[in-house]
Amino acid sequence: MMIIITAALFATVLGALLALVIGATARAFAVETDTRVETITEMLPGVNCGGCGYAGCADFAKAVVEGRTIPSQCPVSTSVHITRIAEYLGITAGEKEKVFAVIHCGGSCTVTVRSPYNGVGDCRSAALVAGGAKGCDFGCIGFASCARACPFDAIEMRDGLAVVHPELCVGCGKCVDTCPKNLITLAPAAVDVHVYCSSPEKGPVKLKVCKAACIACRKCVKAADSETQMTVNGFLVATNYSNPPLPDLVEKAACPTKALRLATKHAAGAYEGVSK
Amino acid sequence: MSDRPRKFKGGVHPEDSKALSASKPVQTAPLLAKYTVIVHQNIGAPPEIVVKKGDLVKKGQLLAKASGFVSVPLHAPTSGTVTAIEKNPGPACVSVPSIEITADGKDEWGSPFEPIADWQNTDPAVLKQRVVDAGIVGMGGAGFPSHVKLSPTKPVDTLILNGAECEPYLTADHRLMVEQTEDVLLGAAILARILGLKTAVIGVEANKPDAISKLNAFASNYNVMVKELRVNYPQGAEKQLIYALTGREVPIGGLPMDVGCVVQNVASAVAVVEAVIKGHPSIERITTVTGEPLVNPGNWRFRIGTPISKALELAGGVKVQPAKLLLGGPMMGFAQNSLDVTVMKNTSGILLIPVEQVSQYTAQPCIRCGRCVEACPMDILPATISQAVENERFDWAEQLNVAACIECGSCSYVCPSHRPLNQHFKRAKAEILAAKRKQQKK
Repeated sequence: MMIIITAALFATVLGALLALVIGATARAFAVETDTRVETITEMLPGVNCGGCGYAGCADFAKAVVEGRTIPSQCPVSTSVHITRIAEYLGITAGEKEKVFAVIHCGGSCTVTVRSPYNGVGDCRSAALVAGGAKGCDFGCIGFASCARACPFDAIEMRDGLAVVHPELCVGCGKCVDTCPKNLITLAPAAVDVHVYCSSPEKGPVKLKVCKAACIACRKCVKAADSETQMTVNGFLVATNYSNPPLPDLVEKAACPTKALRLATKHAAGAYEGVSK
Repeated sequence: MSDRPRKFKGGVHPEDSKALSASKPVQTAPLLAKYTVIVHQNIGAPPEIVVKKGDLVKKGQLLAKASGFVSVPLHAPTSGTVTAIEKNPGPACVSVPSIEITADGKDEWGSPFEPIADWQNTDPAVLKQRVVDAGIVGMGGAGFPSHVKLSPTKPVDTLILNGAECEPYLTADHRLMVEQTEDVLLGAAILARILGLKTAVIGVEANKPDAISKLNAFASNYNVMVKELRVNYPQGAEKQLIYALTGREVPIGGLPMDVGCVVQNVASAVAVVEAVIKGHPSIERITTVTGEPLVNPGNWRFRIGTPISKALELAGGVKVQPAKLLLGGPMMGFAQNSLDVTVMKNTSGILLIPVEQVSQYTAQPCIRCGRCVEACPMDILPATISQAVENERFDWAEQLNVAACIECGSCSYVCPSHRPLNQHFKRAKAEILAAKRKQQKK
């Protein structure tokens, strides 16, 4: 009986002493944290996409608290969330143009010539051995490297072509670097008209390998309200994002190869080769 | 060391299938009406085009000049008119700039280089300059400019001529050694003089006994040693050849000159003879056109710029539908998707593979059997590196010395899980290089 009481007493005293030591150490070596950083981290979406340019949401929260960036720099948060962060800190949310990713290629398996490929199912690996499996040297390879990189599942593979869903894409830009053909650009979310072709080759060369290529016929340039709305660069036309055309241009121009598309309709599967 | 055939560690033994064309003498391909010469035929910087559309050119006239030290000039394969300078299908399934020459049928030499008959008493620097001017590259397959190897920055004591031809199916170097034995040896002697050496070694795989006996018959006249090598793929890879012949190991990321060696292909040696003795630039080569689907496989002397379709025509066309067309051998060659690709200075073979030999498979998980480790001639760990690459851990792959990989394909060949190991290593190397470039920019 005595042994049990001694042991219990000893354990209690030892525990109390150690607790004192730990308590004192924690007080003495406490790391001062700004609780605001933690609060804002909680308010952020927490996907760590890196679209803001910082190494994840916590790093972004720190930058916001330190005044190095503005809350609206987060591409994922809705305006409601951003306003809440701004109000919490008592600063202005600021303005940032919403962007989204555009994959400038319409070359699905239906419209491009294909040769068989039996190897690693990754665009960057395929690009190294034969420049991809499709006929066009500049088009989408179709092994979904960008889709796998997307934290929001905004890229869908349809008939061997990567298609961005504008309503899901937040414009974080994670996919941009994964494309070995550099097809992905971040365009203003307000613009719907895009040219889905990136090949700088001459028209007939492109048409030989892909039915959906931009042949630079300039129909869209002429149909646009002002000629500067579409820019011609060699044998390729592109939307001028600083002076974008209205969505009705696609109908007015009647692009013969359907390379000029509306991003929303492209995602909805309205064009040949990308239908659902 | 005894006289038994030499080899290196690892390697594989694929069915060599050389009998299809090994006994076929080299034929000269007839003059074509049109040649499409690919501009960038060497490793290093592409040469700079000096002709324009409509120009009249003579055979051997300069088409493009070297644009740096690691670059070689390009010459016209025949006389005629430059009818186009545009993109044409290239050997990597990507269109590349090419010069189209429509032949006038006269096949007239322009003003070729001055022949140097008395090469033994000519300044080595003059001989080396000739190699530079003639646009000679490594004709075994890599296309590395020969003159770069002839300008070592470290002391060199051994010149090795590569007559291993370890790739299955290919017999171009074999026929060259049998039919132009003395040219090969003379080339070795000229190359030795350029390097300031007295002797050279020529390594030949034991499956070419006729070439070995013929070389042996003349070798002493040129002060060249002929060494028999055990049949083992990749015996003809530079580092493996050096190890088999000298026992020296080239360090990772190093060059043969780090261990005092220079390796040149036998066909490049003959190109050097053509350039020095006859004054002809490098505009033709012997290529094996082979494969079971062909009616009449064999070896031809093609001008550069000959379309593959013409080469296949010369070989009698196909009797059964082939499944794959490769430039080079089956182990390291590149699959093609166009018959308009043309013969280049480093096209050692044009190979058709029948349907039954092409398997379509899905890669399975690694079962850790270790066969790839046994087969790897560079002593790295293909299985582990491939897992690092699949997880995009390129830093890990770098630590595991993926840079040492020579892309011989032995690991992919033996893998029972059909893992695309070689392609993974290509990716890892490219990613590591890209990361280094990015860092340098910063």
